[in-house]
Order: sequence, then C-alpha cells, then structure tokens
Amino acid sequence: MARSGLLASVIAAGFGLASPVLAQPTVSIPAILELSGAGAVSGTNFRDGMLMAVEEINAKGGILGRKINNQLLDTQSDASISRAQVQKVLDNDPHVILGPVFSGSVLVSMLLTQQAQIPQIVGGEAAAITQKAHPSIFRTSFGQQFSMPKIANYIRDGIKAKSVAVLWVNNDFGKGGRDNFNKEMAARNIKVVADVSTESGQADFSADVVKIKAANADAIFVYTNEEESARFLREARKQGIRAPLIGETTLLGQKVIELAGEAANGVRGHVGLTVDAPIPAVKEFAERFRKRFNYVCDHNGIKGYTAVYFIKHVTEKVGKFDSKAFAAAAHGITISPNQEPNILMEASWDKNGDIDRDSFLGEVVNGQQKIVEILPKLGK
Amino acid sequence: MESFIQLLISGLATGAIYALIAVGFSLLWQTSQTINFAQGEFVMLPAFFILAAMNAGAPFWLAALIGIALSVVVLGLLFKVVIVDPMLKHGVLPLVISTIALSLFLKEAAKDFYSSQAQPFPTLVPATDLDVFGAVVSTQSLAVLVVAIATVVALHLLLHKTRLGRSMQATAQNPTLARILGIPVERMVLYTFLLNGVLVAIASILITPIYLAKFTNGEVLGMAAFLAAIIGGFNQVRGAILGGIILGVLDNLSAVYISSQYRGAFPLLILIAVILLRPHGLLGRAEERTV
Repeated sequence: MARSGLLASVIAAGFGLASPVLAQPTVSIPAILELSGAGAVSGTNFRDGMLMAVEEINAKGGILGRKINNQLLDTQSDASISRAQVQKVLDNDPHVILGPVFSGSVLVSMLLTQQAQIPQIVGGEAAAITQKAHPSIFRTSFGQQFSMPKIANYIRDGIKAKSVAVLWVNNDFGKGGRDNFNKEMAARNIKVVADVSTESGQADFSADVVKIKAANADAIFVYTNEEESARFLREARKQGIRAPLIGETTLLGQKVIELAGEAANGVRGHVGLTVDAPIPAVKEFAERFRKRFNYVCDHNGIKGYTAVYFIKHVTEKVGKFDSKAFAAAAHGITISPNQEPNILMEASWDKNGDIDRDSFLGEVVNGQQKIVEILPKLGK
Repeated sequence: MESFIQLLISGLATGAIYALIAVGFSLLWQTSQTINFAQGEFVMLPAFFILAAMNAGAPFWLAALIGIALSVVVLGLLFKVVIVDPMLKHGVLPLVISTIALSLFLKEAAKDFYSSQAQPFPTLVPATDLDVFGAVVSTQSLAVLVVAIATVVALHLLLHKTRLGRSMQATAQNPTLARILGIPVERMVLYTFLLNGVLVAIASILITPIYLAKFTNGEVLGMAAFLAAIIGGFNQVRGAILGGIILGVLDNLSAVYISSQYRGAFPLLILIAVILLRPHGLLGRAEERTV
C-alpha cells in the first residue's frame, strides 16, 4: 500500500500534480521594468531593491503563508513593449503588478490594469499618472506636483535666483516636470530665460550647453534621466558653466555621480529618496544592498525595496489576496517603521495613490551626496 | 560670437570623430564592396575592451593600446576572415545582411557580458578651460580635435605618400589591373580591414568620454558615419572626411540657431538634397557598375 502510494505521488508529480506538502502555494507579483535601453539604470536599481525584499520575505515564509512568485519582464524602456508585457502578466491573474519606472510606460500600461482592476505600484513621477482616476495605482516616489513646489522654494529662498534656465528631456517624465516647474516659477515671479528640450538617450549635449550658457541665468534646472544627466554635467563642466546646477532627485543620484565624476561636484537640489539620508534604517538597507549587489543603490533601489514591503503590509492588513480590497485598504494608509521596519521611513498614500513622506535637500561634495536639510512631509 | 566659436569647435571635434568612422566605412567599400552596417558597433566595442583591460589593472594608456590591438584582431582580421570572405562570394546583399546580424550580435553581447548600463570612460586630458577669442574652450574638446585631425592627416599621408598606401588605392580603384601590376591585392584588402580596426578604436577612445560607454552607442554613430559617407561621397576618403565634419558642425549649429527639437532631421534633409542634386556625394565620383 505504502509502495503504491509512493508510486502514485511520483506519477502525480510527473504530471505536475504535486501535493500541497511538496509545493507551497505562491502569490503572483510580477514586475515590468526597464532592464535595458535608456531607462536601464532606473529599472535595474528598482529590480535589485525589489529582489532583495522578495528574498527576505520568502525566506520568512512569504505573505500570508504564500511565497512571492516574482516574474520579471523587460520593457526595453519602450512604452509599447511595456504595455504588451503588462497584458501578458495580467493573463496570469496577478495579485499586484510592480512597475514600470518610466512615466511614459506607466501612462500607456495603466489603462490595462485599470480595466482589470489590478493594483499597480509604479516608479513614475509624472503628475498625470495619479490624475486619471485609476482606482488602484500607487506611487513609490513623489509625483511632480509634490516635488516641484519644494524645489521651487529652494531656488527662491536658498539660491535666491531671479532667473532660471530649464533643460528637460522630451518624454512624459520630462515634459510633466518642466510644465510643473515652469508653473511654480511663474507663481514665484522667477523668470524662465531658457527652455531647452533634449531627447531621451541623447549623447551629445554641447549645443544645449551653449544655449543654456548664453541665457546667463542665475540658476540652471536640469530634469533628465540618469545617463543624460551625467552627459550634460560632463559637457557643462567642459564648457565652464558657473551658475548653480539644480536638480530633482535624479541629478543627485548615485549613478549620475559615478558617471559624471568630478563634474557632478556642486550640484544641488531636492532628493525624494536617497541612501545618504541620515536615517539609520536607510543606511543599514544601503549597506545590505551594496554587499548583495556590489554597487551603491540609488533612489530607485529604495523604491523597489519599499514597494514590496508596502504590498506585504497592506495584504496582511486585508488578510487575504483580494486585489480590490488591497486597493481600498491602501488608499489613505500610513505605514510607519514601527509597524513595518523595512518600509524604512514613514510613508502615507492618499486617495489618488500619491505618496507623502519626508524628503531632503542635498548637494554633491567630493563625489558624495551630502544631505543638508530634511524637509517634513507635506501633510504635516 | 562667443557661442558661435564654442559651437564650431565642439562641432568640429564631433565631426572629426564621425569622419574617422566614415573613412573606415568608405575604405571597406572601395576595397571589398563591403557595406558594413556594424560600423557603429565597431566603435562601441573597443571602449569595452579598454574598460575590461582597466578592470584587470592596466593603466589607461596601456588599456588603450590593448583596445586598439584587440580591435585590429577582432574587428579587422576576424571580421574579414569569418564574415566577409565567406559571404562576399555570394554577393553584396548577403554580406549586408550578415553585417546587420553582426551589429545586433555585438550590441547584445556587450550588454550581456559587460552591462546594460552606461559606464564612465576616462578622458584623454583633464578638463581645463582655455580662452579662445573670448570663448571658453575646454582642453578636452581641443584634444579630441587634435587627435582626430592628426589621425586623418596620418591616414592621408599613408594613402598618398607611401608605396603601401598607393598600392591600397590601386587595389580600391581597379583590383584586376592592380593584380597585373604585381600588387598583392588580397594582402592590401586585408590591410584595409586592419586599418579600419585602428580607426574605429581611435574613434572609440575619443567619443566614449562624451557618450559614456554603452552598448547602444553604435546606433547613433553608425547612422552618423553612414550619412557622412553618403553626403561626402562613398567612394572617396576625402569625401567621407568632409561629410563627417559637415554633419558634426551642422548638428551643433542647427540645434542652437534653428531648433533643438528637430536637430535630428537636418542631417537627413542634407542627405535628401545631396541625393537629389549630386547623387555621387559632394566629393565622390560617378561610378558605373555592371550588374
């Protein structure tokens, strides 16, 4: 009898009918990320932060007893591919979808998750993402409508600039940022004397720097993706730009500093998330990340890591794998490190899925990002 | 005026790099009817050879020499022996398709074996500002310009002032007659491929500090070199040089004085104008082929 039972088990396993004892049930949380193309820096950082969290959670038994099945798909930094990848994972009945990071990719793929009513945790910062009545979209970083007022106040009060030149990347992320930034400048009577658009993946910035330099602005605001930011900084250094270079998170990122080298020194700006934040939990995370992946994580790594713990916390609060109940519970939630230590910093999500938490003013000094001030949550 | 001088110098520097790549394009076409659509990837790859050598502990100058040597062997010798020789006997089109396949292979290989992310790359000289007629000009731009021009001049001297160069030109112009005159045609063709390996490696060393080392760099550079070669004249080295410089300068000037958003369209407009008004290129000569 025992032998026939064993034989039946072997046959069942052979047909993929493994018993519950042998195969622990999983929960599908796929990720659609920019693993190649212009957004590879952002996507791979997000991926690695996410993988770290998934490994940690699975090592402790998963979420509600189910291990996370974290299928990973590459958007190649292309909006149409990201849409196809989201469609692909929706066919597998996911609990929540992670990514993409690029705003353009988010904006085209979120229509699918809206129809399917599946929560989507994204890395995009374009203001429009949370203004489209998607019932279950959530950010992992500030939307531009929250970050631009902070940077505008800094340019007015910290730099005391009366005129500013803007260099932005002509995609959904850059255009949204530029529109919000210019609106905030107008509200503060700061004149935009040069408005220079650049292309995603652009390699040569010499003409753009000449144009910016000729405008002779009190400050220069740079809003491009990581690699383009580094190329711009190198060219700005080459052409001897002296005006303060101001950015929002990306310009002060670790990868930009690594790529731009000494040309990044002196860059200042607002930083939504950073491993250099004077917060012990963030520093401890950054060290574990560096040991695990052998490089210094940027803000996207923190976004990927905390996104998974956000899912874990909300799901455990709901007590079941119900995507609609997840979205309902996540709106208006505040998660503190006391409740979930790996959320790293207290964070709140509003009814639109926008996130609010402390942020920072930083400066690059000797190839290191240095935090000079902590800005409180907007809701405080 | 200050802006114009800066634009001109940086445009000349970039244009001179395009010219180096376009010259290689043109040389391969002239000697072996090889249209190398992997030429952009040939410029991307030596940067990764150099970075790999530096990661192994070599100083930059030694890594650059290793990069040039590997480029000559892999992108010159192996390219000819493994791809061009077996495919050329089947005609130009199969060879073109093979070089397109090679470009995809090189791009994906660089991504898989090195990184999908951009990597910093050392500059030839430290960044110091110089005053040129009131304009602040970087020593880095000048260094790129000087090295690129020196390479083009050395190439010109090699092709026109040495016996080897004249033999290579004779092979390019009429291989049958060159063979009758006792010129070792096969060896001359091989030398052209090796020379292209040197040119793309130098172009790589000059352009990568600006572009950063990334597997996608070849897309932009290959297109720029192809356009430069057609605009200047595919069958003339001096045409490829002129085409590269026109492209580099025009790109900079149009981005500032016309529109930065439409800058990518201007080289194509010039290409259309050249095809309509002077189909064999600005300095090229009309050719007839029996097909």
